[in-house]
Amino acid sequence: MNSRLIEEIATGFKTLWLHKLRSLLTILGIVFGVGSVVAMLAIGEGASQQTLEQIKRLGSSNIMIRSIKSEDENQGNRVRFPIYGLTYEDALRIEFGFEGIKNVVSMKTLEKEARLGRNRINLRIVGTTTNWFDVVTRPLLAGRILSREDSLERKNVCVLTRYGANKLLANEATIGQQVYLGSNVFEVVGILNTEDQLAGSSSMQSPDQPIDAYIPLTTAQAVFGDIAVVNTSNSRDRSLVELHQIIVQLENSDLVLSGAKSILRTLKMFHTTKDYEMDVPLELLKQTEKTKRTFNTVLGSIAGISLIVGGIGIMNIMLASVTERTKEIGIRRAIGATRKMIIRQFLIEAVILTITGGLIGIGFGVVVPSVVEYFAKMPTKIPLYSIVLSLGISVFIGVIFGLYPAWKAAQLDPIESLRHQ
Amino acid sequence: MKDKKIVVELSEVTKRYQIGTNVVHALSGVSYAFESGCFCSIQGQSGSGKSTMLNLLGCLDSPTSGSYFLNGQDVSKMDDEQLSAVRLSHIGFIFQSFHLIPQLTVSQNIQLPLSYLGWNKDKSEDRARELATLVDLKDRMDHRPVELSGGQQQRVAIARSLANNPKLILADEPTGNLDSATGGQVMEVLLELNRQGKTIIMVTHTSEIAAHATSAIHMLDGKIDRIKS
Ligand SMILES: Nc1ncnc2c1ncn2[C@@H]1O[C@H](COP(=O)(O)OP(=O)(O)OP(=O)(O)O)[C@@H](O)[C@H]1O
Ligand SMILES: [Mg+2]
Repeated sequence: MNSRLIEEIATGFKTLWLHKLRSLLTILGIVFGVGSVVAMLAIGEGASQQTLEQIKRLGSSNIMIRSIKSEDENQGNRVRFPIYGLTYEDALRIEFGFEGIKNVVSMKTLEKEARLGRNRINLRIVGTTTNWFDVVTRPLLAGRILSREDSLERKNVCVLTRYGANKLLANEATIGQQVYLGSNVFEVVGILNTEDQLAGSSSMQSPDQPIDAYIPLTTAQAVFGDIAVVNTSNSRDRSLVELHQIIVQLENSDLVLSGAKSILRTLKMFHTTKDYEMDVPLELLKQTEKTKRTFNTVLGSIAGISLIVGGIGIMNIMLASVTERTKEIGIRRAIGATRKMIIRQFLIEAVILTITGGLIGIGFGVVVPSVVEYFAKMPTKIPLYSIVLSLGISVFIGVIFGLYPAWKAAQLDPIESLRHQ
Repeated sequence: MKDKKIVVELSEVTKRYQIGTNVVHALSGVSYAFESGCFCSIQGQSGSGKSTMLNLLGCLDSPTSGSYFLNGQDVSKMDDEQLSAVRLSHIGFIFQSFHLIPQLTVSQNIQLPLSYLGWNKDKSEDRARELATLVDLKDRMDHRPVELSGGQQQRVAIARSLANNPKLILADEPTGNLDSATGGQVMEVLLELNRQGKTIIMVTHTSEIAAHATSAIHMLDGKIDRIKS
C-alpha cells in the first residue's frame, strides 16, 4: 500500500516533469500565496515578541507620566519664566487618591556634567524616591542602591550606571569615590547594570537610560532646586518644573487601563493646560495588535487571492491535462482501473503540484522576513506552526481544485477515451 | 463440442446507439458461445459490429439488451466498478494501435495491471521481466514506447495483457498496424499463448491470419452470418 503510493507519486512527478515549465508556471500562485502566509506570520510573530519584550522591560503594570511644555507655551506668546509640568502634589494625589497602587516613583531629571579627575561625561541626573529601584529593577553590579536614610538626610550620594561608571572610573568596583555632578560633590555608592535600548523600539522610552545617575529626590531638590536654567546663545531660559516624570506601578496589569483613565481625569482637574503626557506600556500591546491586524488583513488578502488564483490555475492545468491524456485514461480504464483509481491518480498529481508550490513558497516565506529584518530593522520569527499550516493549505488547495478535474477524468467513457486521438 | 467448457456466452445481445433521432444498431441479436481454449477470429466488413462485440466481451461496455455470461457470471448486469474488477483480473486486451502509456517505460507499462491489482514492487518487477522475456524484449525494459518499433510495441502490449494471467485474451486487429512480417511474429506469440491454454478472440481483416483460428465468425450488419469451425 505504502510502496504503491510512493510509486504513484513517482509516476506523478515523472508525468509533471514532462511539462516542467508549464508545471512551474502553474504553481506560481501557490508559491506567492504560501510565501505570503509564512512571511506574514513571521513578521507578525516577530512584532508580537518585540512588543512583549518591550512591555516586560517597561513594566506591564506601570503607567508613566511625563511633564511636557504645553502647546501654548511652546509657540507664539512665550512666557519668560514658564512654570509647568507635574508637581509634588500630583505625586501625592496619585499615591493616596487611588486604589490598587503599589508604588509611585517621582523623578526629577536634569542634565549635568559629571567629572572625576580628568574624566568628564554628560549625565542625566535622576533625583528619585527610593522605590525607583523596586519599579525599575536592574541588576546591581557593585555597592548598594539608595536608602531611606540617604533620602531623609539629603545625602550627596549617587548610583551610577555601568556605562557612566566605565566613562568616569578607571575601576568599576571603586565605590566611595567622589565625583562632581555639576559643581557639587557626590559619593558613588553603587553601580547598576542597564542594558542598551532595544533596537527599533517604539516611541515609548524606557524610564531609565544608560547615561543616568541616581540621587535622592530630596537631595536634588536641595542641591539643584526646581528651577532649570538653560543657556542658549543669546539668552538664559529659565523654567520651573517640579517633577519631570512620575511612574505609577499598579498592583497588577488588569488595573492599568482603568487606573490610567482615572489618573488622567484627576490630573485634568488640577492642571489648566495639558502639560503632561501619559505612556501606558500595556497599550503598546493594543497598538501592536492593531498594526498586526492591518498587516495581516493586507497580506492575508494577498495570500488568499494568490491561493485562490493559484488553485484555479491548478484546476485549469489539470483540466487541460485530462483532455490531453484522455487516451491514457482510456487505456487505464480498459486495463481495469476503477473510477476511484483514476480520481486518485489525478488528485495525487494536483497535490504534488501544490505541495511543490508550497515548499517553494515556504522558501520565499523564510527569505522575505530576513530581508525585512535586515532592511526595516524589524525582528521576525518563523513559528513552526506556520510551516505546518502552509503545507496543510497546499494539500487542501490541491485536493479542492484537483477534485473536479479528477472527477471529470473518472467520468470519461473508456471506449470513447480509447478512440480519442 | 459438448465436453468443452464454455468461457463466454452471448445470448440475444443487442447494442444500439442513438444519435439524435437516428438509431444505429451496432449489434442486433448476437448469440454465440465461445469455448474455453479456442482461438476464434471475427471477420466482417467495416461497420459490421466487430469492435462493438469485442468491447462487450471485454466488459468495456454493456449491452442494450440480452445477456452475457463470463465464466458463468452474468456480466450484463454489473455496474462500472464490478466491470472494472472483471477486466482487471480476468481479461487481457490487445489493441490495433498498441495503446501504451507514453511516459512510462516498457517495464512500467507491463506492470500497469499489477499496480492496480496491488502487487508489491519486487514481485511485479519479476513478473514484468518474465513477460518481457516471453515476448523477447528483455533488453528493452527501460525504454519508452516511442523508442520501439511497431512490432515491439505490440509485443509490449501483449506482455501487458498477460500480466494478470487472464484466461481470456481479446485482440482488436492486433496486426492491423503492422507489416505482414511483423504481423506474423505477433501471430506466432498469440498462437503460442493459445497452445498454452489461453482463450483468444481476435478481430481481423486478413483471411490468412483468420486461417490460423480454430473457429471463425463472420459478421454482417450487427449479426453473425457465418460460422466456420
Ligand atoms: N459510440 C458510438 N456511437 C454511435 N455509433 C457507434 C458508436 N460506436 C460504434 N457505432 C456504430 O456501430 C457500428 C459498428 O461499429 P464497430 O466499431 O463495431 O464496427 P467494426 O466492425 O469494428 O468496423 P471496423 O472494421 O471499421 O473497425 C458502426 O455503424 C458504428 O458507426
Ligand atoms: Mg473495429
